[in-house]
Amino acid sequence: MSDHLPVLPLLIPLFAGLMIMLETRQRRRVRRFTGLAATVALLPVTWLLWGQASVEEYRVYQLGNWPAPFGIVLILDRLAALMLLITAILAVPVYLYACRGDDGIGVNFHALFQFLLLGVNGAFLTGDLFNLFVFFEVLLLSSYALLMHGHGPDRARAGLHYVILNLTGSAIFLFGLGLVYGATGTLNMADVGRALAAGEVLQPALFAAAISLLLVVFALKAALLPLGFWLPAAYGAASPPVAAMFAIMSKVGLYAIWRLWSLVMESGEPALAARLTPWLTALGLISMLVGSLGVLAATRLSSLASWLLLMSVGTLTVVLVQGDEAAWAAGLFYLLHSTWGVAALFLLAGLIARLRGPEADYLRSGEPLPTSIAVTFLVVAVMLVGLPPLSGFLGKVLMLATLPLPAFWVLLLAGGLASLIALSRAGSTLFWRTEPARYAQRRSAAGLRSLLMLVAVCMTLVVFASGWLAITQQVAEQLLQPDGYIEAVLPSGRAR
Amino acid sequence: MELLMALMIGVLTGCGVYLVLRQRTFPVVLGLTLLGYAVNLFLFSMGRLTLDAPAVIGAGEHYADPLPQALVLTAIVIGFATIAFMLVLALRALGDLGNDHVDGRSVGSDGEQEDQQR
Repeated sequence: MSDHLPVLPLLIPLFAGLMIMLETRQRRRVRRFTGLAATVALLPVTWLLWGQASVEEYRVYQLGNWPAPFGIVLILDRLAALMLLITAILAVPVYLYACRGDDGIGVNFHALFQFLLLGVNGAFLTGDLFNLFVFFEVLLLSSYALLMHGHGPDRARAGLHYVILNLTGSAIFLFGLGLVYGATGTLNMADVGRALAAGEVLQPALFAAAISLLLVVFALKAALLPLGFWLPAAYGAASPPVAAMFAIMSKVGLYAIWRLWSLVMESGEPALAARLTPWLTALGLISMLVGSLGVLAATRLSSLASWLLLMSVGTLTVVLVQGDEAAWAAGLFYLLHSTWGVAALFLLAGLIARLRGPEADYLRSGEPLPTSIAVTFLVVAVMLVGLPPLSGFLGKVLMLATLPLPAFWVLLLAGGLASLIALSRAGSTLFWRTEPARYAQRRSAAGLRSLLMLVAVCMTLVVFASGWLAITQQVAEQLLQPDGYIEAVLPSGRAR
Repeated sequence: MELLMALMIGVLTGCGVYLVLRQRTFPVVLGLTLLGYAVNLFLFSMGRLTLDAPAVIGAGEHYADPLPQALVLTAIVIGFATIAFMLVLALRALGDLGNDHVDGRSVGSDGEQEDQQR
């Protein structure tokens, strides 16, 4: 049984999604129960997978039992296991929140949610570049439909941009894949790494072009500027649970860059890495700068959250290309914090919008909000700004301590200041500049409990900080030794 | 044949990129389709171009690389699905926004953009 564990994060959402599709009579209770059971089932599975990955280094799962460079493999290493765990932990509260009403504004939410999980988990697990493309398409197709979940011209407009951009991105992805295959004769990531180390690349210039194209695509998915302007529009327009779930999607792009970087750059092509580093650093710094300006300019709480997400992507990119092992561990810790924290802010924005009615989550005076919401906002805001004692502070301090880069320091601190100003302005507008209630009917704050669950998860980052840090350190340590990864997939450099 | 393939891929990509940058949704969909064709040809040619060779090992003296053909097959299926989705989305945007501009703004007859009349 435990041999087949790595494929379960794919099979569970796949079958749950299909079963929900088969339930054609729109019985909401059945759909919710199936979806919830599948989402919760991912928790123990990913936890066990992390247990395996932390002990026995790598686990290779050969689909159809075809040996590595010929068949497609799933590879469970620590990075993949950690990302799976983050996704599963994020998915449960978001799904619970969605079940408090947001799932009813369109059809097929439950099935699409499972297919999104399938795509995300698959992208984390796969060890084959073309398979990565396929899983990207799976998650993108579900995300297109989820983004359009519910109605409204804003959603149609944002959805149109999002879909066109990503379809163009897919075309570029395929061009890059074709070039990788033409230059190395393989699409298995470990085999590409091996071919690089052995100097078997036929045309290095072609390979450099291929890697650059792939980086462009991953930067588009991760929403690194200048390819990230779609993100605030799309995430701001999406319904709250969808936007919260999308918080992991930009991390998928980041994960792909990370994987490529550790496998291809560090060992195989230091010259290419040296050429690309200044570009990615500059783009990351620009994302941080524009993100902090965007946070200040945001007129809605949900778009404020999207700009925060963009800022964190920029930060993590700089850490990725400039950092050493300790910085990567700090960056991964920050990744945990920013994924869950921003998702919590998206959910909170949704709650506030529902409570305020026509004013929605626009940052202008409106109806008074209950104290419970205000306190939650305070906690989430303190966390995201990075004030002590919450997780954002820990993540930022760790990154500052491990990455002595002046521009990075300035922009990270300036970004913190900007988000402090923006979030305190947003909070004082939303909670203090209130008008007497005009609407008699009482709107419910349903979903607050699932939001609090997500906040509690973020709190574990503080309470069990040393445990989480030990985990991210293990991940970073393994990432810097791609030889083990190659050896695990292709034992003793088996001849192709 | 190499020259012909290269030219075709180049022309298709060029037309695709031009059409994707247009302001109405239908040319954009056409552009994405053309880009998809270009990509498929490109993937195919990355297995090297061979004449009169089956994609089966051992069936003859020469064989063509079967992997890119499998990749192209997958890419065709995925491309077809996404283009179909894109068309439906364009129709829905036409319904929701009242026009077929990619930004949802109405376009005057002389190509000048006006803000959407609500």
